[in-house]
Amino acid sequence: MLAIVIATLIKMLVMLGFAIALAAVLTWMERRQSAMMQDRIGPERAYLLPPKPGQTLGRIRLWGLIHPLADSLKLATKEDFIPPKAHRTLYAIAPIFALAPVLMVFAVIPFGPPLLLDQLGAVLPRDPARLAELVAGSQAAGKFHYLQIAHLDIGILFVFAITSLSVYGATLAGWASFNAYGMLGGMRAAAQMFSYEITMGLAVMGAFLVYGTLEPNAVVEAQIQGHWGVLTQPLGFLLFFFAAIAETKRAPFDLPEGESEIVGYFVEYSGARFMIFYLAEFIEIVFAACLVTTLYFGGWHFPGLSSLALPHWLMVLVGMGVFMAKVFVLCFLQLAIRWSVPRMRYDQLMKLGWKGLLPASIINVVLTAAWILGEQAKVLPAWF
Amino acid sequence: MAKVVTFRRGLWEQLYIPELIRGMSVTLRHFFVNTFGSKEIVTVRYPEEKRVYPERFRGVHRLMLREDGSVRCVACMMCSTACPANCIHIEAGQREDSFEKYPVRFDIDELVCVVCGMCVEACPCDAIRMDSGIHMPPVERRYEALLRKDDLTARGGQNISVQGGAGPDWRERYAPLGELRQVYDPKKRYNETIKGS
Repeated sequence: MLAIVIATLIKMLVMLGFAIALAAVLTWMERRQSAMMQDRIGPERAYLLPPKPGQTLGRIRLWGLIHPLADSLKLATKEDFIPPKAHRTLYAIAPIFALAPVLMVFAVIPFGPPLLLDQLGAVLPRDPARLAELVAGSQAAGKFHYLQIAHLDIGILFVFAITSLSVYGATLAGWASFNAYGMLGGMRAAAQMFSYEITMGLAVMGAFLVYGTLEPNAVVEAQIQGHWGVLTQPLGFLLFFFAAIAETKRAPFDLPEGESEIVGYFVEYSGARFMIFYLAEFIEIVFAACLVTTLYFGGWHFPGLSSLALPHWLMVLVGMGVFMAKVFVLCFLQLAIRWSVPRMRYDQLMKLGWKGLLPASIINVVLTAAWILGEQAKVLPAWF
Repeated sequence: MAKVVTFRRGLWEQLYIPELIRGMSVTLRHFFVNTFGSKEIVTVRYPEEKRVYPERFRGVHRLMLREDGSVRCVACMMCSTACPANCIHIEAGQREDSFEKYPVRFDIDELVCVVCGMCVEACPCDAIRMDSGIHMPPVERRYEALLRKDDLTARGGQNISVQGGAGPDWRERYAPLGELRQVYDPKKRYNETIKGS
């Protein structure tokens, strides 16, 4: 029992440490990357050591990587303003409602290949029968660990159940701050997230038909045995990716909080509470990238890597590295989309969601199911 | 003639994805060029880098000096007369070494100045100039923007022209000295006026 608790704590440390650190870096990366895309320089002046006398630029700037630190210090020391007529309890709870579900869903993301603690130094056999033997042996000895905080059979369903909770954060924040703009923003957020969750779920359905499982580890295994989801489900991937961007409330779908002109649900928030909303948004980006990696980009798997005869512990580390690299690239892609595409109008957003993405995802499910049926009846050739 | 740009949204544009990819190829090309390739960044890191100002940039005024270090100005009031903003205030006195006048007080209120350069045009003896190449620095109090004779002459240097003019035979007298016309070199000027200050 204690071993399980310790193992889970270590996994949480790795996974959440990675997610939160990457989210902090993303706050800087978004500004620096957008600057580079627009021929500017971006933030790079925050420093650790003060400038030498006669100079204006401080020392140890690390290309601006000090900025997340400086920003969080600034926000943490700012006044925590609560509007006089706001609902104090709900106003205080809303940021937690926004952050907690986002952190919770990381529980089911497998961030590396299963770990066999008693085979750390050995080179694992590639023969499935012998591998299963070894896995069964270490499972019996209690030395088998999925690199996943919680090994749930309904993994992806858990994700959908929890992400729908994060609507509460946005809506409560808008509602409780006694501000018309905030409330409208909260309503926009709620409507948008409900609309796109349906597309998200239906887009993933096609992938489940291909993999035949809901458990994230098994999903990755299925992709290792077959092909990456992005090849077997290209349309499903696109739909899911768009819906995921809409779920993270980022441009071109950033209507709930379009800070440049239509102010959003956290107008009244300042200081540390605002920081929590801001961080939650960036953690959502990381999570969307994690989920897309797991479902459509083969998780920790990279073609050709498994043919290397490396000791098991090194393979696990390489797998984690591959997973994190994929997540990073997908985060980069999301930021690039955010800085390339103009925001949609709200009716366009709803039209795209209900009249565009939703029918497309239903067609995707039907086509996938029909093809798989045809394959099983030997009427249609295999997709790959 | 204005160029009329028409855009018809066809099926290809309505599909959204190809146009999205086209747009992102532009932004990502800029990103990779600026991050890894030849930089096309237009930002000037201000306190460390400064832009080279154009040749005829009008900065803070300065009063030029004679060979003996006294001020060139003869208090003729041409500049204060020409000034459309009435920001120049001169009180004249009699020079002891010659028949000329000199300014006892020479005040320019830089907050009132409209930086038109008419005082420089009006000056008959090349005493007042706006070629210092620096902006008026921001001030805390209004009176700090009122530049006095000391402030103006502190920035001044010596002209290459001769006080009172070189006389009608200047061509013969100065021909051996070579080319009198100054050629503008922005780099040299940048080093002299902006970096040097």
